[in-house]
Amino acid sequence: MITKRIIPCLDVKNGRVVKGVNFEGLVDVSSPTGLAEYYSENGADELVFYDITASFEGRELFTDILTKVARRIFIPLTVGGGINTVADFDRVLKCGADKVSVNSGAIKNPELIKEAAQKYGNQCVVLSTDVKRVGSEFRVFAKGGREDTGMEAIGWIKKCVELGAGEVVVNSIDTDGVKKGFDIEMLKAVTAAVNVPVIASGGAGSTADFINLFREIPDIDAGLAASVFHFGEIKIPDLKAELAKNNITVRL
Amino acid sequence: MIAIIDYGVGNLFSLRSSLGFIGAEAKVTSDPEEIKNADKLILPGVGAFADAALKLKESGLDIVIKEEAARGKELMGICLGMQLLFEKSYEYGEHEGLGLIKGSIVPLAGYIPENLKIPHIGWNAISFKKEHKLFKYIKEGDFVYFVHSYYAADCEDSVIADTEYGARVTAAAASGNIMGCQFHPEKSGNVGLNILRAFCETEN
Repeated sequence: MITKRIIPCLDVKNGRVVKGVNFEGLVDVSSPTGLAEYYSENGADELVFYDITASFEGRELFTDILTKVARRIFIPLTVGGGINTVADFDRVLKCGADKVSVNSGAIKNPELIKEAAQKYGNQCVVLSTDVKRVGSEFRVFAKGGREDTGMEAIGWIKKCVELGAGEVVVNSIDTDGVKKGFDIEMLKAVTAAVNVPVIASGGAGSTADFINLFREIPDIDAGLAASVFHFGEIKIPDLKAELAKNNITVRL
Repeated sequence: MIAIIDYGVGNLFSLRSSLGFIGAEAKVTSDPEEIKNADKLILPGVGAFADAALKLKESGLDIVIKEEAARGKELMGICLGMQLLFEKSYEYGEHEGLGLIKGSIVPLAGYIPENLKIPHIGWNAISFKKEHKLFKYIKEGDFVYFVHSYYAADCEDSVIADTEYGARVTAAAASGNIMGCQFHPEKSGNVGLNILRAFCETEN
């Protein structure tokens, strides 16, 4: 049977891995290549790289790092950040990415998903979305979680899957950085709405949070986290051993 | 030298990197002469069967591959490249493959239980059906990375490994010097590198 995936996420800015708490107060953690190799050797099922650089120079540096990482890492690699055109897909795929994640680029132009899926296949296009509760509904936020788009999140995710997104990373702004567990309620709503793999993001603080995620939502495919892995608070091999003990299928 | 056959389908970065990583001499090429001179061949590919089969045909590489295969040269197909080794595919119509392994490519939809997601994406365990050189450095139950919506059927004699996804799904197939993996060895960590290593080895 297919395994549940554990995915460390590396936010890269100006060539270094950073991770914010509630998206503010970025702290430098480590070198992207070093971390990527460490994870690849230590049980990560996949890696996600987000380029959160804005400048052209930063972008070049990122492309350079990505190529270095991809030459040495032989597990699936998803790349996101600053993907606004099919040419951007092309740029990161040529540097060794296997999947490309779109967030703001899809909000600005949903057809980007369709164009990219037609060119590279659905399996290559990952929708990444930041979701936050506003009143009684789940809303899509843009610009790293700072701007309310006014769009209802579940409908947005469904639309993107129909356009050709082959996988969805859903990050809950409400639980992100708080380390008190994934946003089970919101993730349940997403998995019920679409039939492509859904990757949970935001809120992992302990091994118990991952066990709870996979128990509460059997349809969830993967759990993604950053700081708890980067700071060694959770070691992936230990996490997977615990998941296996709890009858959750993982790659050991 | 291992020739990675480039016929304009898919991203060859990882495959080239992984062969480099294990120290194999590999070259991405679409040149018939280089393919003829290579010791072994790898046929990669992602995307749609019909499109890939057409590109092979238009480039004339289908004939080169068949000739080399007939000469006994080892050929490994990966993912769509593996599917192309079969006689035909029923992906959006009916399309002819290279016909180097008996069997056809059919949809997972309708074969696996309805509640399972398609494509079959992720890490799954393989179980051996036959002994094969590709498995020299790996063991039963090792995990490999799959991404596919179609699978090889009617090929019982050539299945060398399968995987469980609500039903038994062909993971690797072989017939003499022709072999293929449905999964991506270049994306399957050390297990995948060990499969590539076994393929690249020259046995004496």
